[in-house]
Amino acid sequence: MTFRRFAIYSAATLVAAWVVFPLALITLAAFTPRDTLYAWPRPIWPGTFTLATMRAFLGATDVLRSTWNSLVVAVMTIGMEFLVAAPAAYALARYRFRGRDAVQFLVLATKMFPATILAIPLAVAFIRWGLYDTLLGVALVHTALAVPFVMTMVTGIFVAISYELEEAAMTLGSGRLGAVVRITLPMALPGLAAAAIFTFITSWNEVFAASILTVDHRTLPALILTSVVGGGGGAPLDYRFAGGFFMIVPALVIILLIRRYLLTLWGVTLR
Amino acid sequence: MAEVRLEHLRKTYGKVVAVDDVSLAIDDGQFLVLLGPSGCGKTTVLRAVAGLEELARGRIQIGARDVTRLAPGRRRIAMVFQSYAVFPHLRVYDNIVFGLRMARVPAAEQRRRADEAAELLQIRDLLDRYPAQLSGGQRQRVAVARAIVMRPDLLLMDEPLSNLDALLRLHMRTELKRIHRELRVTTIYVTHDQVEALSLGERIAVMQSGRIVQDDTPARVYDAPANRFVGSFIGSPPMNFLEGRLGARDGRAALSVSGQFLAVSVEAAAALAAAGDGAVLAGIRPEHITASLGPEPEALEAAAVAIEPLGAQTLLTAAVGAQVVKVIVPADFRAEPGQPVWLRVDGARVRFMDARTGGVIPLPGSR
Repeated sequence: MTFRRFAIYSAATLVAAWVVFPLALITLAAFTPRDTLYAWPRPIWPGTFTLATMRAFLGATDVLRSTWNSLVVAVMTIGMEFLVAAPAAYALARYRFRGRDAVQFLVLATKMFPATILAIPLAVAFIRWGLYDTLLGVALVHTALAVPFVMTMVTGIFVAISYELEEAAMTLGSGRLGAVVRITLPMALPGLAAAAIFTFITSWNEVFAASILTVDHRTLPALILTSVVGGGGGAPLDYRFAGGFFMIVPALVIILLIRRYLLTLWGVTLR
Repeated sequence: MAEVRLEHLRKTYGKVVAVDDVSLAIDDGQFLVLLGPSGCGKTTVLRAVAGLEELARGRIQIGARDVTRLAPGRRRIAMVFQSYAVFPHLRVYDNIVFGLRMARVPAAEQRRRADEAAELLQIRDLLDRYPAQLSGGQRQRVAVARAIVMRPDLLLMDEPLSNLDALLRLHMRTELKRIHRELRVTTIYVTHDQVEALSLGERIAVMQSGRIVQDDTPARVYDAPANRFVGSFIGSPPMNFLEGRLGARDGRAALSVSGQFLAVSVEAAAALAAAGDGAVLAGIRPEHITASLGPEPEALEAAAVAIEPLGAQTLLTAAVGAQVVKVIVPADFRAEPGQPVWLRVDGARVRFMDARTGGVIPLPGSR
């Protein structure tokens, strides 16, 4: 092994450890009995495992309800997401129009704008429109947050599907739209599913907008945040770890499933 | 099946004129090849006929119908794409009947026609497979089957063989010829491969820079190219062009070529004299020159440059003064580079062209 290789592998190991270590600690803690969590000094390896911590978390006030809220918001986000991003991505992939690059850049550039600055005006506007403290309101913000990435991703998917296939369908009697529905969409389906899952994670993990814009209709991250920073020192340790673990799991599973598409998004193809 | 008329087609991309005033009339059941180098506009013409390109001007008539403004699916055409464009997410059978389903043909009839086409293209065993499981040649067959089940008035093919390897291409060429003989469907076939054009076409329209420069039978396109471009594009090796000036030798008309003389008939000399200032190109096919190692009367003296055995025959490259000539000679012909050779030109097969424009100078008695 050359020095160069050694250096690269060491760096990669370091980065991986930096990501994996906290995840591992949270996972261990989420299955550690409550007493052990509060013991001093606390062992890193708990020795005994229990489901009681998780069960307690899931039984806590509002947890199941806000989990449901999170799911509803995510599904609404995915729906609106595709309504906006799919046609835009199709146009970007298929047509050479004036300002095409500008559109692509501007959509991504919105990511540079700090959402914090928008928070107050957005809350005010939502109160006026009657969207404040509604799941639809949260879903709208999540849609706006996810559009840039999803659009870029779906554009890549459509570009990869040869336009000649649509043309062939058209010469065989299909209309313009029919060719998209019969040929391009079915072929794009795996990629679109990946985009949907990506949107799901974005929405599932989003805490800032959800906390600002809701009071009673909390999504799960917003609920956990309020509990953790809430009065009296916040929620107990076991609640924190169980909640953290519960939030992480979908993201981990899903990223594992769609990592190929995420990598093509960044211009690298992994076989 | 139908006859097809293209009238004054014009297509522009911004300021670039891709197709400039192309008109063609194709007989019912005829196999027409559109031949030209890449970028000459041949594919654009084909796509315009399919309805995939919008024309700036012109009219397309298939049978009795003016289809200029119709959507591709309503023109009763079928197209075979260069990339085959076989739908990867559908099985071969579903690919073949795709168009029939669009046309709401009854299921039993779909089955019957698909079987018939699969039989014709010898892909019966592949009907349940996905395109990813097929070789390039098999995908090609699927694309052709998918087109012919439509029983189109006009079949369009865009370089269908260019993605196949050499051996398979030869085989598919024969197959396409057989299929056309059996179905007699009017066909426009686009290619940049002159061998394909000569072997498949009943008629060849040669395109250059968006225009049709010659529209003729394969034999005429080969023997009597309309200009220098056609002569040099068709034939391998291409036609030789000897630059010369009309003069006289021993009281007889002749072309002075690099200080030597090429005899010209009296009628030809008159035509050449009438055509311009006397600067002409003599277009000669490599097989219409005989080479020998000893002096011959009325032969041009040249120096051998290279000898390339091609198997059945040998290609001799020789220099007449500064002008290079390629000659097809018998396989046993031997000459060392630099050795003098004598080239006798078959005067009756020479095509004369204007040295400036490259356009052919018509001789009396020939078309």
